[in-house]
Amino acid sequence: MKYDDKSFRSALGRVRGLGSARNGTQHWWIQRLTSLVLIPLGIYFCTTFFQNVIEGGYKEAIVWIRSPYTSTLLILFLLTTLHHTASGIQVVVEDYVHCEKVKLLSIFFVKLICASFAILGTLAIVKILFGV
Amino acid sequence: MTSHSTTKARPLSPHLQIYKPQISSAMSIFHRITGVVLSLGLPIFFIWLTSLVDGAESYSIFVSYCHTPLGQTVLFGLAWSFFYHFFCGLRHLLWDAGYFLSIKGLYTSGYIALGLSILLTATLALKIYGVAL
Repeated sequence: MKYDDKSFRSALGRVRGLGSARNGTQHWWIQRLTSLVLIPLGIYFCTTFFQNVIEGGYKEAIVWIRSPYTSTLLILFLLTTLHHTASGIQVVVEDYVHCEKVKLLSIFFVKLICASFAILGTLAIVKILFGV
Repeated sequence: MTSHSTTKARPLSPHLQIYKPQISSAMSIFHRITGVVLSLGLPIFFIWLTSLVDGAESYSIFVSYCHTPLGQTVLFGLAWSFFYHFFCGLRHLLWDAGYFLSIKGLYTSGYIALGLSILLTATLALKIYGVAL
């Protein structure tokens, strides 16, 4: 990298490779975007889940999920929730786990588990949609 | 953080143990705790979903576990955590947008978020246990 006189970084910081990893803002922004999406979805599922699942039985729940509107929103809700969970737990791990190896492995496994749940949830909903 | 002088064990200035508990710090740590609790409770949602796939019989087993005192405690705990995290998160988004960034705004929105989370959990409990509203 060519030396830039106008840079705010100190020469020592540049030589040691310190400074921004250049992806902090993206992580922060995705957390906000997923929480924004989860506001209407959260309200929608709080009310419809209560009406169709808690007050109903097995058949009511199946009929509810088989509506293309419910299944679409349910898959969207699951994926957004899992993304929000993965990025949230990542921050908690980064804040409290100081051993680099444990930190990297924990974040990796959190993301792997969330990805697995995303696949499981989507497949379960698709299976209910096309007949159990 | 890589220089020798900063890696030495130096005494920390007193922080958590000396501060008077305040609603700002308490609400903040509970936002994080409820987030972790909700993450840990997430598998229950997937057990519900897969029990639906497995059929009416396994669904009734899942529901019967939900009706035990332990099941009810866990589910209502998750419901409160959800409402709390929801309203506290809303508060965070409003702060990000530049609202309620005063001491008064912080306290008022904090008490409103806490109050609403308790109110909604109580409403849910009353509805589920069949008390007419």
